Amino acid sequence: MVENRPLLTFFSHATLILGVVAIAFPLYVTFVASTLTLDQILAVPMRLVPGDQLWANYSQVLVSGSTKGSAAPVSLMMMNSLIMALTIAVGKIAISIIASFAIVYFRFRLRNFFFWMIFVTLMLPVEVRIIPTFQVVADLGMLNSYAGLTIPLIASATATFLFRQFFLTIPDELAEAARIDGAGPMRFFFDVVIPLSKTSIAALFVIQFIYGWNQYLWPLLITSDESMYTSVIGIKRMIVGSDAANEWNLVMATAILALLPPALVVVLMQKWFVKGLVETEK
Amino acid sequence: MEKRVVFQSGWLPYALLAPQIAITVVFFFLPAFQAVWFSFQLQDAFGLKTEFVGLQNFAELFRDPHYLESFKVTAVFSVLVAFFGLGLSLLLATMADRVLRGALAYKTLLIWPYAVAPAIAGVLWAFLFAPSIGIITYVLKGWGVDWNWIINGDQAMLLVVIASVWNQISYNFLFFLAGLQSIPKSLIEAAAIDGAGPGRRFWTIVFPLLSPTTFFLLVVNIVYAFFNTFGVIDATTQGGPAQATQILVYKVYHDGVKSADLGGSSAQSVVLMFIVIALTVIQFRFVERKVNY
Repeated sequence: MVENRPLLTFFSHATLILGVVAIAFPLYVTFVASTLTLDQILAVPMRLVPGDQLWANYSQVLVSGSTKGSAAPVSLMMMNSLIMALTIAVGKIAISIIASFAIVYFRFRLRNFFFWMIFVTLMLPVEVRIIPTFQVVADLGMLNSYAGLTIPLIASATATFLFRQFFLTIPDELAEAARIDGAGPMRFFFDVVIPLSKTSIAALFVIQFIYGWNQYLWPLLITSDESMYTSVIGIKRMIVGSDAANEWNLVMATAILALLPPALVVVLMQKWFVKGLVETEK
Repeated sequence: MEKRVVFQSGWLPYALLAPQIAITVVFFFLPAFQAVWFSFQLQDAFGLKTEFVGLQNFAELFRDPHYLESFKVTAVFSVLVAFFGLGLSLLLATMADRVLRGALAYKTLLIWPYAVAPAIAGVLWAFLFAPSIGIITYVLKGWGVDWNWIINGDQAMLLVVIASVWNQISYNFLFFLAGLQSIPKSLIEAAAIDGAGPGRRFWTIVFPLLSPTTFFLLVVNIVYAFFNTFGVIDATTQGGPAQATQILVYKVYHDGVKSADLGGSSAQSVVLMFIVIALTVIQFRFVERKVNY
């Protein structure tokens, strides 16, 4: 604070409060809608005070799903989302930490070639190569399977880069000392590199968990079996027609359930989230 | 930058790299090359016969008025998303950087939309703006605005822009806040002593020093608008009405999956790949150079 300007401070708070309210408004309306009956929602204008259907709506979607569009229970979809998010986050961290360890701590033929090979993938999001990737997965018989949902999304250049950047800052003396003491590369990896990387791993985990949970296009393409739907896909499948034809109370309860886990991860692990976000983009 | 101390092993580095390289080859390179290969081919309606047609798919693509229209839609969409996304988050970040009381609470309340999947963001806003039951629609009707994005293309565009900006605002906010906090306080104090007011200080000191962050975010937001907004669009307008919101990525999906036009869709994929590569190169070139102010 350079100087005291009460009016400007007031204006700052007012802007921020307005921003917070505007950003929270859709969430609030969604929550209210998830506690009303369908008739209450369809009565224009919808009331903005929570109703008493919270338990009824949530238990219905969790146990038996909606009656239109998709009939899969949302608890199953959330399980699928969780499996997908955890596999992608853990898998990405595991394969990229060993890959960057190899690139940083060894000299071998084709090292630069492999490095560039990984680097190039940074540029190609799934959205760009939808159809051919789908065909590869179909040829491998991985449609409607967890393997198909997760493995194609596990390879990522971002994680490899983050770990590479971090490994380069580990003092050489540590590797030297380990070598003098007779530790092999894997011993050094598990006893020195992994413990030092804990914060990077945590930060990356938060980002990749959200990335995996929120995947849309990929699961949309490769899951046709209701039992493999993730929660984000489930919502889309519940919306079948025009405004009044949908069971909005159930759609909105599902929306809250689908956005709660990643939102909690962001809010509760805020420190790691910010670190992960800022560092993966460097 | 290289390590001085390294380990020696004939096979270990290859074994460590194997999983990453295997997945990269199978799910990145193979599909990317296939996309290029398909883009030179013409497939009949039943997928029984394919014929090599050279650049014909590309030639047709750039003669197709729908495709050129989709380019225009994408350009308008990404400019709007980037402009409003950056403007609003810079305003909020500047304010959050100023206040002492409640800074953490504001930050927490502003970052959570990042966790919401684009498709869900689309559903949330589509519900608020639903033509017959939406609560904002009701308010707009009270003001005499005839709101129906299902038949009005401009309103559909506005809806997907709002949902996309809302979804991306926390990301921009965090980067702007980090950028603002790294500006040396002494510069601002010196300007204040010389009599510059808050507005003057912002435009002559803070904003120029923030330009690397702004530029970085500009590229990120354009990439976001190009690709990650697929969920927003599919959950709301599905490219309609009359292709008013059909951005390039959505058209690749629509032509490839729904219309099963493999050659045309692959040619579009190849064009998109070039756009992504160009954006990445721009980002690396400029960001690396300008970041050292």
